[in-house]
Amino acid sequence: MSALSVRHLLGIKEIQASDIDLIFSTANTFKEVINRPIKKTPSLRDTTIANLFFENSTRTKLSFELAEKRLSADVINFAASSSSVSKGETLTDTVNNILAMKVDMVVMRHPYAGAAKFLSRQVKATIINAGDGAHEHPTQALLDAFSIHEKLGSIKGCNIAIIGDILHSRVALSNIFCLQKLGANVMVCGPPTLLPKYINELGVRVETNLKKALEWCDVANMLRIQLERQDIKYFPSLREYIMLYGLNMPMLESLKKEILIMHPGPINRGVEITSEVADSHQSIILNQVENGVAVRMAVMYLLAGAKQ
Amino acid sequence: METQLQLLNTQGFKHTIRRLCYELIENHNTFENSIIIGLQPRGVYLSSRIVKELKEITGLSNLVNGKLDTTFYRDDFRRRSNPLIPNQTEIDFIIEDKKVILIDDVLYTGRTIRAGLDAMQAFGRPKKVELLVLIDRRYSRHLPIQPDYVGRVVDTITSDSIKVKWDEIDGQDEVLMFTDNVEKI
Repeated sequence: MSALSVRHLLGIKEIQASDIDLIFSTANTFKEVINRPIKKTPSLRDTTIANLFFENSTRTKLSFELAEKRLSADVINFAASSSSVSKGETLTDTVNNILAMKVDMVVMRHPYAGAAKFLSRQVKATIINAGDGAHEHPTQALLDAFSIHEKLGSIKGCNIAIIGDILHSRVALSNIFCLQKLGANVMVCGPPTLLPKYINELGVRVETNLKKALEWCDVANMLRIQLERQDIKYFPSLREYIMLYGLNMPMLESLKKEILIMHPGPINRGVEITSEVADSHQSIILNQVENGVAVRMAVMYLLAGAKQ
Repeated sequence: METQLQLLNTQGFKHTIRRLCYELIENHNTFENSIIIGLQPRGVYLSSRIVKELKEITGLSNLVNGKLDTTFYRDDFRRRSNPLIPNQTEIDFIIEDKKVILIDDVLYTGRTIRAGLDAMQAFGRPKKVELLVLIDRRYSRHLPIQPDYVGRVVDTITSDSIKVKWDEIDGQDEVLMFTDNVEKI
């Protein structure tokens, strides 16, 4: 396998396990590159990449931008809040105008599910989905799986629990697809109101008791409560959520084995995870961030690498 | 019809590597300021063989050596239907002010070496760079690059191909040439 089976990265659902393996092996070489004194390679020096963020982002945007710069690409940034979108321009028009400036690749985050797929049908450039509504966030899932792979050696057969607001999370869906493709057993855990109704159809275990989920898993991926996407109240109070679903040190220590703790960020310290846990030796949150740059470099390198 | 010719048999292979080692010793003496770098993927087999042999001959145990991947620096990126798949670079030292011996199995157009010279820049400014190759395909260069140490020189045309086989992966050491043009040899 020497090329990705897709031309765009729209979601993990569309790619194959062999694509993920190729991205991981390429990311490994980029990880070595970003730990050198000179962290840059000239691979994408003739490529222009537009980062279109129609929704707020810190980590993902910085990570993509850094990955693009490390690959020597020319980068243009676009934030919806300061653009003509607020003047009523459509998504296709906005992007076509940007592409008229000879852009080869578009990294897009959008509040609506399916926006990246829609765009890939409308425009000629390569599209990378950096999060579309509550649908998918493929590069996050890839970097999560890459980080687990790096720590545990293999993902096949691992028990991985995704805990928190599953209903509004694009990270959860992409993680489920990615981890299952790599042979892991996946569980989702959260209050029943924050679990999608037919989530078990995806072949995941469903648990509402945090303690039971933690006892089962080798890796716990803690998700944030996405208050900005919640139109109604899904649980009585934040205090009650913390008591039932917040991960703290006593609970972690009460487990019979050491599990890995992950979080895609941003963390709400003291809500889904306490500071002690987030900063403990079991936490690989900062490794995830470092791996994010290498994985995104690999994705862009592989997508841009073939002759168009 | 394509004909297969053996350029080096196992015995010749061994002698050639040993001879290259003596040439290196002649110029680098104790290898105090010298660094050996094999180019990924197949130059690495030659560099590890050279390092092993040098250790046997000289008794030196502290030979500094690494592996360099040139993929990200190649000039044919985005010019092929599939992306170029990189290999691991293993250089955990700085080459600033060192004499670098760059090693590859076959020197053909010189483009890989050009990429290697660029890739090396990330690890410092070497005092000098020398090139050692097992096979030099003469008269095929696209760039003004010449080797300092050569195992065997062959005259080839573009349609010919050379295969260096290694005991480690191919079961035996030998160098083969495939050509349509037998009269030339």
